[in-house]
Amino acid sequence: MTETLFGAPPRYPDVPDGQVSGSRLEKALRAGKFVITSELNPPDSADPDDVYQAAQPLGEVVDAINATDASGANCHMSSLGISALLSQSGYDVVYQVSCRDRNRIAIQGDVLGAAALGVRNVLCLTGDGVGAGDQPGAKPVFDFDSISLLRTLRTMRDQGVFLSGRKITRPPKLFLGAAENPCVTPHEWRPERLAKKVEAGADFIQTNYIYDVPLFEKFMARVRDLGLDKRAFILAGVGPIASAKAARWIRSNVPGIHIPDAVIDRVEQAEKPAEEGKRICVELIQQIRDIAGVAGIHVMAYRKEHLVSEIIREAGVLQMGRRKIAQPT
Amino acid sequence: MYRIRLFATRHARAFEWLYAGLERVMIAADPVFRRIGYQRIERPVALIERAAKGLLFDCKMCGQCALSSTGMSCPMNCPKTLRNGPCGGVRPGGYCEVKPQMKCVWVLAWDGASRMKNGDRIGEVLPPVDHTLKGSSAWLRVSREKAANLRSATEAARTVVAQSFPAARRNEPSTAPLAPEPPAAQGRTEA
Repeated sequence: MTETLFGAPPRYPDVPDGQVSGSRLEKALRAGKFVITSELNPPDSADPDDVYQAAQPLGEVVDAINATDASGANCHMSSLGISALLSQSGYDVVYQVSCRDRNRIAIQGDVLGAAALGVRNVLCLTGDGVGAGDQPGAKPVFDFDSISLLRTLRTMRDQGVFLSGRKITRPPKLFLGAAENPCVTPHEWRPERLAKKVEAGADFIQTNYIYDVPLFEKFMARVRDLGLDKRAFILAGVGPIASAKAARWIRSNVPGIHIPDAVIDRVEQAEKPAEEGKRICVELIQQIRDIAGVAGIHVMAYRKEHLVSEIIREAGVLQMGRRKIAQPT
Repeated sequence: MYRIRLFATRHARAFEWLYAGLERVMIAADPVFRRIGYQRIERPVALIERAAKGLLFDCKMCGQCALSSTGMSCPMNCPKTLRNGPCGGVRPGGYCEVKPQMKCVWVLAWDGASRMKNGDRIGEVLPPVDHTLKGSSAWLRVSREKAANLRSATEAARTVVAQSFPAARRNEPSTAPLAPEPPAAQGRTEA
């Protein structure tokens, strides 16, 4: 324990036994609860209230909120800024770090800064190419890849050194996450790649959107064969479709999203497409939660945070081993 | 060239064999290289390496070649220069997210690795590239390091003796020597 002034609680508390970070997400997962996470759509604004407003509807239903790092290579408020604001308001946050925009010097420093600001969960991502975003002329960095980033952060946490070997006096306490995209080529190698991420240091996994349950089941069967579900907590990614047109656009313009034709047809033929898209998402959650090895879900609804809470309530997953609801102070 | 690169991953097994042979030759040549001086041969070897690997693998001379662990598909051709596997953006049919006309470097890598004898090395976690080594010869780096490892392995037996008899080593170092013997002392036979 560090010394504190006037008997105040330590600003950088020690981690409880059996945990690596002390985050609420880690605690819930290790307690065997079916965990729910979601992502916050970052504002194009410098006003903290915009962050709090976006987080409010999520905080009632999720265990942790992901702060995306310029996803799709589009510029928004930084994930570090959002993570700090939300952590200090009592939310449990997953700080997303993409390798696209920062080199190893910046990332290692940012992660220490984030930990000092109260962040305990980090999701290590490669990041979409700059060409996918609103400033395609930017220089792609990709100094790390997601896997070497994971190993680096694990080294900082467990060995207490930077990649250079220089000592970190108070190492960051982090619950390390990685992404996986089970429904995208090369399907047969995705579980092997997941194995590599776990080997590199991933404690939890959040997958990209899953709309193809049979494909995901096949993936999970292999994951179980490799014993990966015992070494990392796997949260399956889901999200509602707004319309058939939107789904087709996403499928051809957003990297790494596979939506089967049958799903799009169902939305197209429905009287109320948005309602049907939500219904499909609820059904996906109900199918996915019964797959062995799935530790929770990650609900992503782009610019539709209010839908997340409806979907989670309708899917009936709130009752599955409920936890204390994260409330802002 | 893209076509030759595809050819190389399709014949990853043959290239693995060729590479293993080249490595043995390079390690065997280590005494010669050391006599001439690694620094002096660095430039000519790097030139040859650039030409050969540039033709075969579209090599970018990162100086830290990992071809034997990446199915003979050079990861530096990935627009994101990923060293540990594909990103999540691979397009249907196994095409690159950033360059849709190109096959994903890592789809080729896993395909190549599945043909190789030591293909499971693709599962090893690789560190980020050290950009200070860019342009230098990876061949020389490997042969120098592996030859040095071999040399230290021959000294390892003596080290085990030293470790197993710590008191002797402390009090009578000459009974359990740790330091490499000077050349004059090596190869002596008992009188």
